[in-house]
Amino acid sequence: MIMSYHPSLLPLAAICVSLLATVPILLSDRRPNLRESWTLLAAIGKFCLVAVMLPSVLAGEGFVLTLAEVVPGVPIQLRVDAMGMFFALVASFLWIFTSIYSIGYMRSLEEHDQTRYFASFAVAIGATIGVAFSANLLTLYLFYELLSLSTYPLVTHKQNDEARASGRKYLSFILGTSIGLVLPAMLITYMVAGTLDFMPGGILAGQASSATLSLLLVLFLFGFAKAALMPMHGWLPAAMVAPTPVSSFLHGVAVVKVGVFSILRVIFGIFGTDLLGELDLGLTITVVASLTILVASLIALTQDNLKRRLAYSTIGQLSYMVLGAGMLSAAGMTGGLLHIAMHAFGKITLFFCAGAIYVASHKKYISEMDGLGRRMPLTYGAFLLGSLSIIGMPPLGGFISKWNLLLGAIEGQQLLLVAVLVGSSLLNAAYFFPIVYRGFFISPAGEPDNPGIQEAPLCCLIPLLTTAVLSLGLFFFPDVLLQLVRQALAL
Amino acid sequence: MTATNLHLYVMAVPLLSAFAVNLFGRRYRAAIGPVAVSALGFSTIAALLTLLRVLQQGGYRYTVGNWQPPYGIELVIDPLSALMLLLISAVALTAAIGALKSTEQELPGREHLFFTLYLILVAGLLGLVMTGDAFNLYVLLEITSITTYGLIAMGGGRAPLASFNYIIMGSIGACFYLLGVGYLYILTGTLNMADIASILPGLESHAAMATAFGFMLVGLWVKMAFFPLHNWLPNAYSLAPTGAGMMIAPLMTKVTVYLMIRVMFSIFSPEYTFFAHSGVQAGIVWVAALAILCASALALAQRNLRRMLTYILVAEVGYMVGGVWLANTTGMTGAVLHIVNDALMTLCLFLAAAAIVYRTGSLEFDKLRGLYRRMPLTMAAFTVGAFSMIGVPPTCGFFSKWYLILGAVEAGHWEFVVALVLSSLINAVLFFRIIEIAYFQKPEQAAAGGLLAGEAPLLLLKPLLVAAVALLAVGIGSGPLVSQVIRLALPSGMVP
Amino acid sequence: MNQLLTEIVAKYNYWLYVVLMMIGFYAMIGKRNLVKKLLGMNIFQTAIILFYVSTGVKRGAKIPIVDKYAALSQGVDPGQIINPLPHVLMLTAIVVSVSVTGVALAILVRIYRRYGTLEEDEILEKIRS
Repeated sequence: MIMSYHPSLLPLAAICVSLLATVPILLSDRRPNLRESWTLLAAIGKFCLVAVMLPSVLAGEGFVLTLAEVVPGVPIQLRVDAMGMFFALVASFLWIFTSIYSIGYMRSLEEHDQTRYFASFAVAIGATIGVAFSANLLTLYLFYELLSLSTYPLVTHKQNDEARASGRKYLSFILGTSIGLVLPAMLITYMVAGTLDFMPGGILAGQASSATLSLLLVLFLFGFAKAALMPMHGWLPAAMVAPTPVSSFLHGVAVVKVGVFSILRVIFGIFGTDLLGELDLGLTITVVASLTILVASLIALTQDNLKRRLAYSTIGQLSYMVLGAGMLSAAGMTGGLLHIAMHAFGKITLFFCAGAIYVASHKKYISEMDGLGRRMPLTYGAFLLGSLSIIGMPPLGGFISKWNLLLGAIEGQQLLLVAVLVGSSLLNAAYFFPIVYRGFFISPAGEPDNPGIQEAPLCCLIPLLTTAVLSLGLFFFPDVLLQLVRQALAL
Repeated sequence: MTATNLHLYVMAVPLLSAFAVNLFGRRYRAAIGPVAVSALGFSTIAALLTLLRVLQQGGYRYTVGNWQPPYGIELVIDPLSALMLLLISAVALTAAIGALKSTEQELPGREHLFFTLYLILVAGLLGLVMTGDAFNLYVLLEITSITTYGLIAMGGGRAPLASFNYIIMGSIGACFYLLGVGYLYILTGTLNMADIASILPGLESHAAMATAFGFMLVGLWVKMAFFPLHNWLPNAYSLAPTGAGMMIAPLMTKVTVYLMIRVMFSIFSPEYTFFAHSGVQAGIVWVAALAILCASALALAQRNLRRMLTYILVAEVGYMVGGVWLANTTGMTGAVLHIVNDALMTLCLFLAAAAIVYRTGSLEFDKLRGLYRRMPLTMAAFTVGAFSMIGVPPTCGFFSKWYLILGAVEAGHWEFVVALVLSSLINAVLFFRIIEIAYFQKPEQAAAGGLLAGEAPLLLLKPLLVAAVALLAVGIGSGPLVSQVIRLALPSGMVP
Repeated sequence: MNQLLTEIVAKYNYWLYVVLMMIGFYAMIGKRNLVKKLLGMNIFQTAIILFYVSTGVKRGAKIPIVDKYAALSQGVDPGQIINPLPHVLMLTAIVVSVSVTGVALAILVRIYRRYGTLEEDEILEKIRS
């Protein structure tokens, strides 16, 4: 359907709720309970503001707001359309759970500098929603950079040498690619097309030679390093040194999804699927994505550190989303876009479990986690549900997205892609099931049966159980998300 | 004081107050600050009014003392010079407020001398951007230079030697410029810029014209520290007293870039500048790209914050010279916008350095540990300045890079694009090194008292925060700034 | 060759200024003593001043000081009077040159007090140690 847009302050309000909450958070340094309640208030407020816009978007009425005309023809502009709403809904909803989880995690471990942590978090989620609601490439770039910079204090929270080294890696990959690749690409696009707005059908059709367009696509694909397409994936495993709530949210849901979202915006809004089809550029995208999926899954098999294994799993799953878009078929693109949500719910569950395991037992390595499942049955149960969703088994949400991807590959008669999809699902199972199996069925070697370890604290347990159940629920009730995706793809 | 005289008062008031400060400053020490600040405040407001007038009613020419041109000296107030007037007076005002504290600490008992030179320097700069006479330009250029030599020599340690080196190099530059003006005088018989501009196209292309152009340009390049003629700058600017550095660094090189623009477009025409001698335009863009890269590389080797900033300053000069010589409107827009933006960024960073040195006494990297805890507001402003240098939206640095890169892409000068992108990345490395040291490492002594106990004094902090906010405001306001002021300020006759 | 020689002889004053300029330039850059550098700067500036003054000269003309009443009654023939404008400009330039020299000398006094020498290499050694 054709969307019509009305001016409204709602998108700005949604972004600013958490940006403004930074101030009271910083000021309530001495009173942790007050500070935590500001975070929660902002989280719930943000979700409500986003949800308020949902019915109108579903009916085809979006919102737009121009903030400042900074370059002729390219204002800083916010626009709420189906795709943006989809991403913002998922991100703001999951942030509520992450906030609750963070509070529990940080307090149990008595981490230092919690004020800075929560303040940076607030800015980061504001930037994420900003990316979701960007109307053009410049605004997206602005919020993308803001996200990179505001997550730096979060990644380097521990402030030790390891954190500093990963912080450097994080910035050199992410800032280096956004300044070195995206900025020139953005400027060339502006010069060629005269505008940077995201239009259905793209703005580049017929504006430049196919060589230029191919170059631009490659620059964008690798420039948005947050999407972790190989070889721009190196920062993600390094960023696992951050506290688990940071890893779970930002690297399982927000930062990496922003990368994929940006690539998808460029594919749908700047290039347009027709142009990509004409120039056979879909092939480029699928090749890069497939390679990343396979290599990442293989590396994940070799990782003993639980969070690193999850990180490589994320790298692979992100490429599923890009792969779906690259297929340029209806089912494929639906699957790719939908996987943003399904993977988010599943992965956040898995990271929550990893954090819960750390809080309860201080264990980081899978080889040490034998028999833990019997002591922490709820946590491991949630882990099972999350991993089933990522692998793509019914009755979990991930099945819907992966099924669509498979359908897209079959429809397009791309048998190689079918093989990649099936093969990588098997690999996913291969690196997830052992964790659960060993947790439940293998006794810990040597030491007695882990006497002091019990289930994780409630503040950690409730979020992870909720997201696990929601992964289950999304299989049965995917309607809202599916409708948003279909609307976004104009199907 | 009618509206048509206002611009003269912009320059005259600091000049007269300089004399007042000198005569009465030693006795009435407490009056120095208010006199200087109010003089500069008046200049800023008057400059703002002048700019508004010019935007509404168009530029105008003013004959000094009613001696008619081409024999008398003419002042030209067009959008570009009005913009520069506002920039200079605003930056000088902000820096003066910060300098009050710095000189109190570094030059006790000599503040009246410092501010005399400071105010004459500002008056000279203001006159420099208004003048319409080529020889008058030389005189004002030397006025600003002499006061700068004096200000830099007031610093301790190696500063006099650095200042002497600057005298030698600066005089070479000024004399080259004078030589160029001499050739022009022989050719045209007049010194008025507009007059020369009307006579020159009628002459056949002469070796003398090319020589004049070459000499004037090289002379100005020495003055603005365009690589490889930049050797004097790092020493001179980093060893100067803090209060002097925070005003000289943002303004001197930018005003000299403005002078280069005037020479290129108001004395010679765009057709001559860019197209008369083939290869010159492209060659200079290559040199500019090289300048950016070499200066950024040299900055990487520095261990002192202020020295690092001076090398970055040399790289920024490369941005502006390259942008002007790209020979298209977008590049020029970028260069003029960068004059404004770089002045503000440099002001912010030098003020932050001044605040740090006021509290901790040193700017060596290993003394900067844990600064985020000790001086959170200063470091917050420093971070905004750093982001602007790197080119992160919505700070202003991003938008001038936008136009410069776009101009380079349009002109096909890919080496300049590469240099700009690499320079942004190197700036990111440079500034994040400092952010890392200030963020990760624990301070040597724990800060006693509350959160803001170790913070810089208010007189240093307020201008710093104003500068940091200005970076964001100018960035977000780039659209109106470009479309309503800079587009008018661009010299006419440019290739679109 | 003959052509070249006539050129040089005809404009011998300009060649002289070029030589002076080069001497001054060399002294500024090549000499190690700071006072010599300063002298070089002065020579350089003087050469330019002479250059300017030369541009105003006319063959067989008189200096630009005329009798007031003679000028008012009979007018002035510009061809008979050398151009006074460059002289005036150079007065300004001389003032600038003197001011710079003054500031430079003051700085040299300061340097001498601190390092006890005015040789550049000795000063650099003292700084390094």
